[in-house]
Amino acid sequence: MNNSNKNNKDEKKIVLKIFRENTAQKTDRHYDKFNVPYKKWTTVLDALLHVKSYMDPSVAIRYSCRMASCGSCGMKINGIPRLACYTKISELETSTIECEPLPNLPVIRDLVTDFSRFFNHHKNVQPYIQSNDGVDDSDTEKKTFSFYQSPDDVDKYLQFSYCIKCGLCYSACPTVGTDLKFPGPQALAQLYRYFADTRDEAKNRLDIVDDRHGIWRCHFAGSCSKVCPKGVDPALGIQLLRSYMLGISKNEKKLAKKIEIKTNEENI
Amino acid sequence: MKELEHDSRNNLEGLKGWLNPSRYGWERISYWFQRITGVFLLIYFIGHVYETSTIVNGQNAWESFLELTQTVWGHLFLIMVIGASTFHSANGIRLIFTHVGIGLGTPGRPDYPYNPSSLNYRQKSGIWIALILSAAAMYYGFTVLFGE
Amino acid sequence: MERHRMLKESQIMKIHYITGIAAIFVVAVHILMRLIVPFGSSLEYDYIISNYKNIFYVFILESILVLISIHGFNGIRIILLELRQNNAWENMITIMTISATIALIAYGTRTIILANGL
Repeated sequence: MNNSNKNNKDEKKIVLKIFRENTAQKTDRHYDKFNVPYKKWTTVLDALLHVKSYMDPSVAIRYSCRMASCGSCGMKINGIPRLACYTKISELETSTIECEPLPNLPVIRDLVTDFSRFFNHHKNVQPYIQSNDGVDDSDTEKKTFSFYQSPDDVDKYLQFSYCIKCGLCYSACPTVGTDLKFPGPQALAQLYRYFADTRDEAKNRLDIVDDRHGIWRCHFAGSCSKVCPKGVDPALGIQLLRSYMLGISKNEKKLAKKIEIKTNEENI
Repeated sequence: MKELEHDSRNNLEGLKGWLNPSRYGWERISYWFQRITGVFLLIYFIGHVYETSTIVNGQNAWESFLELTQTVWGHLFLIMVIGASTFHSANGIRLIFTHVGIGLGTPGRPDYPYNPSSLNYRQKSGIWIALILSAAAMYYGFTVLFGE
Repeated sequence: MERHRMLKESQIMKIHYITGIAAIFVVAVHILMRLIVPFGSSLEYDYIISNYKNIFYVFILESILVLISIHGFNGIRIILLELRQNNAWENMITIMTISATIALIAYGTRTIILANGL
């Protein structure tokens, strides 16, 4: 109780140094500094919203859930890609906090970056389950199936399905920093996520990234896994995928058993 | 809005990104070392192939070229080569193992504080062992080259 | 996506791993040959010439030459590919990698053949 009383009286302040640029209006790149009050639990996003509310409403940021679920507020904080809502000022232990847009993604304005390239790479790896028998050959009537997966089957891909597409791994990757065609840790880990799923029957998933700018440009610098706020561990997914491509792990995926679900009409 | 096209290099970290190994821990340092030593060793290798080719011009040519390398700086350079090749080999073996999925752990159910299993102590120890072996090899090279 | 290549990238990388591992063994033999006699005398002209006449050692030297040239220049190819991405640059890298590898192997082999005949 004493502590909280003391905190209320002597409110601590932090210098928030924010990157400013408006590419549409071709403004110069510069940093604006703001003195922002903070408490033990204040996150960088809270501080940025304080700036927007009381100091400079023109600061552009992208955010939504404030609880590390939506992946919108990724930015470079003190040199490292982090989620602003998931980074407490008190844990950074610096007197100045530098907020910059996520590197390796083109800046739109201030801390907001363009994710088009990132999502294009994501789409390229076909991030969806492909099931060959979903359609009946005779009359192309769609059928509904339920898949049976054991907990072990689920554990093979579950970790990678926690990806929130926040782009932190993409920003931290040293290869992405120079190679625009490299899919990046996020897309490669998602490829593994669908490859390892026993419901997926796609045949040529591995060929998508067996390319001179594909999976082989990952050198296991581990930075992607280091910055991931959800514990997805993209580096692990990429190496496991590579072991299949090198023929070390045998691709003998046992497909999930499918049971057709009869619709109510058919039952009648 | 040309700046926002998909092939825009706006805001790419570029070479600065991989030349700065200080931000992301040991794995990033190992990545940086592996590249630097690789490029350095190739340069040395080309020089070495050229250097040894002087032998076909007879004993005098060989000995006069050898004299150029038998200096303190020449020996220090060779010690760097010994260190670089030891690190590149040891760390290279570790990387081949990781590239085939060995020593990384298995996917699981991540929980706070989300320590990634691929950045485990087996991997870090591998990097440290490569660095220690490299230092030991450099020390041995030092005793051979400067011990005479 | 890239198509119609002589080798898939996975095949090139398999070559990269194999040449790397094999090079460790042959270079180890090469270094041992310098260390089984005092280092200074291991570089004497007559000793080197006798090395070049030893068919086993010649085989080792040629292996080092081929393995490290392939491994090293492929490594440079990888670094350069990651720097810029356009067809002209990438084709130039492929041509330069292959020609540099062949040139270095040819130059080193010339030394081995000529020194063997001395």
